[in-house]
Amino acid sequence: MRLEKCWFCSSTVYPGHGIQFVRNDAKVFRFCRSKCHKNFKMKRNPRKVKWTKAYRCLHGKDMTQDSTFEFERKRNRPERYDRNVTEQTLKAIPLITKIRHERQKKHITNRQKQGKTKERERDAKELEQDIQMLPKKDVMLSTQKTKVVVKVSQQQTEENLMEE
Amino acid sequence: MVQYNFKKITVVPPGKDFIDIILSRTQRQTPTVVHKGYAISRIRQFYMRKVRYSQQNFYEKLSTIIDEFPRLDDVHPFYGDLLHVLYNKDHYKLALGQINTARNIIAKISKDYLRLLKYGDSLYRCKCLKVAALGRMCTVIKRISPSLAYLEQIRQHMARLPSIDPNTRTLLICGYPNVGKSSFMNKITRADVDVQPYAFTTKSLFVGHADYKYLRYQVIDTPGILDRPFEDRNIIEMCSITALAHLRAAVLFFLDISGSCGYSIAQQAALFHSIKSLFMNKPLVIVCNKTDLQPLEKLSEEDMKLVMEMKAEAMKTIAQGGEPNEEGVLLTMSTLTEDGVMAVKNAACERLLDQRVEVKMKSKKINDCLNRFHVALPKPRDSKERPPCIPQAVLEARADAAAAKEKKKLERKLEKDLENENGGAGVYSASLKKHYMLANDEWKEDILPEILDGHNVADFLDPDILQRCEELEREEGLRLEEEVAQEAFQIDGHELTEEQREILGQIRKKKALIIQEHRMKKRTAESRPIVPRKFDKDRKFTTDRMGRQLSSMGFDPIAAVDRARSRGRKRERSLSRAGNDGDDMDIDGQQPNKKLRAMSRPSSRSKSRPPEEVVPGEGFRDSDQKKKAIKKAKDSVKKRNKEARRGEADRVIPTLKPKHLFSGKRSIGKTSRR
Repeated sequence: MRLEKCWFCSSTVYPGHGIQFVRNDAKVFRFCRSKCHKNFKMKRNPRKVKWTKAYRCLHGKDMTQDSTFEFERKRNRPERYDRNVTEQTLKAIPLITKIRHERQKKHITNRQKQGKTKERERDAKELEQDIQMLPKKDVMLSTQKTKVVVKVSQQQTEENLMEE
Repeated sequence: MVQYNFKKITVVPPGKDFIDIILSRTQRQTPTVVHKGYAISRIRQFYMRKVRYSQQNFYEKLSTIIDEFPRLDDVHPFYGDLLHVLYNKDHYKLALGQINTARNIIAKISKDYLRLLKYGDSLYRCKCLKVAALGRMCTVIKRISPSLAYLEQIRQHMARLPSIDPNTRTLLICGYPNVGKSSFMNKITRADVDVQPYAFTTKSLFVGHADYKYLRYQVIDTPGILDRPFEDRNIIEMCSITALAHLRAAVLFFLDISGSCGYSIAQQAALFHSIKSLFMNKPLVIVCNKTDLQPLEKLSEEDMKLVMEMKAEAMKTIAQGGEPNEEGVLLTMSTLTEDGVMAVKNAACERLLDQRVEVKMKSKKINDCLNRFHVALPKPRDSKERPPCIPQAVLEARADAAAAKEKKKLERKLEKDLENENGGAGVYSASLKKHYMLANDEWKEDILPEILDGHNVADFLDPDILQRCEELEREEGLRLEEEVAQEAFQIDGHELTEEQREILGQIRKKKALIIQEHRMKKRTAESRPIVPRKFDKDRKFTTDRMGRQLSSMGFDPIAAVDRARSRGRKRERSLSRAGNDGDDMDIDGQQPNKKLRAMSRPSSRSKSRPPEEVVPGEGFRDSDQKKKAIKKAKDSVKKRNKEARRGEADRVIPTLKPKHLFSGKRSIGKTSRR
């Protein structure tokens, strides 16, 4: 029993789900649901369909290259069963997947950071320009200069006079 | 086989239908159109063709009838006699003869009329001739329609005759009515003949088939025969007589020794003697039936004597070659208890077989038969023995192999044996993991998961996964540190403080409010002074009404009315204010309402100008220049306007979405594009 990847959207196809299409050249196309199957029949290119993993990876929306992907590789030769190896593998899989998820999340947040900076700039600009719309008494900015009355001593003025 | 054709005779149509068929066929298969303007030879040809075609069809159909009905002289005498008994040979022959003459008459008619048609000089005359010809042919057929009906009846009856092969092995059952012939028939064959307590239940011959020594025997059940002189017999009895007379078969004469059929043994014996001439050269078996009611031994003396006489007669019919086997001549049985039924059948079949074989042996054809058999045996050349030769080595090898196999079988326990021990195929399932070759034998029965959290475990399996995992974790640690450092670096600078954020929020709120107000203002009643026509179909919303309503409420309406009037009036070409001032002077001081209205001007009204007036800013020196410019502009478009060509002002789409283009179904095609 194997979990396969849907050819169109790259989601996992569990046993008992989806449809497999075998072409005349013996290439097998697996689909997770009829949505993907119908899109395939319509000859749509998954790289152009926004919600598929292929599009997202191609346009840099999702993480593509990472060392965590190296762990999961389809091996065509069966390995002889070894209990220790299997135990280690079973323990390692959750760790690897956790790391992978976190890295994916980071990738996405990094991508979205640019938008954040732009937003911040826009906000600052708006604040600067449109602050005049509000009535002055409501606005008390710490950056604004406030008038401070400074008492200049009498002696100084007298001195100035004296100098003249 | 001749008899099978009886089922394949084509239906004889009744007279009227016959005519209809032929005439409609003539009408369909020959050309139908002819005009009097055609050449006369063409007209003649047209009608001659029709006559000839009809005649040919009549001829064909009548010929098929004549050919298909069997000629009584040509069929097997059994069938000939049977048909004669059933349908009367003479009538049959007469009917067929009539058909024949009808055929010839029609041929003659057609010949005569064709000759006449050759000299027809007009369309009408040719047509009349053709009508006459066809009419006469049809009358002929009408005259023979009773014969046709009779032949149809015969055909139907013939088709239902039992298919008796007169040349094969046959057992014939005969005797008085009600003695048990049909019951016997039902017992030995699969035929389901009616068995009833009244006499003459069986009214015609019935055929069944029985098997004996891998051969098929026809068993024919006949209707009962009464002891009567030959001439007095009815058709039913005649059937059985015919069968007896013509079929070469073994005869089973049935005797009811209990007398429950209604006839005494004496009567039955009398019958026997009267028809014994028919039993010539046929193996005869006398069967005493209904022994459950009256066993043979308990018969009275006279009856016994009669029976013995019959037996003596029967003995005469034994084939000369065979031994006088007393057992096969007189037999007893009871169809009710099925006691002795098979014995009777076997005896009869045996006797018949013997007789037939004997006859065959005597005939000339036997040599042909014998020539077809040949058993080949090698003739020994001399008395030396020649057994097959097998080399010693091969013999030894064979012996060794056999021994090894035996040993192996005893040594190793097969999986199959194991399975059988532990409960059989459905109960025991073999452990496939028994012969696994693993590093540690304890691991053989391990169950390993194939799927974990949406991943295939097999894809991750790696002997040095532990090492790689550690590396990965180190990497991850490094990365996290880097991340933290980066975040710390980016935190300063462009972040907005809480205060600033609050102010921004207020700004945005205010903006939103402004927009909302503007939107509300755009299409409110303030900017539309007129009550739209939709709501004022009856023209009730006048300023007068408004004034009255206001005054009734207690307000001074003048200001409101003025305002309404000024904003609601359409822009008209107005007289200048100066011009109207003179009219203001009125003696009474009361001016008629109309004039007042005409004179009232709101302050916000714009005045329309005469076209020659120079507006500062347009660029004209004086009104003359402006006039010239206007004239030039008009001249330049005059020609185009006269030609009714499209100008700048004409590029207008009055309705952007006309309904007829954007709605409705199409009569053909799809409506996916509009």
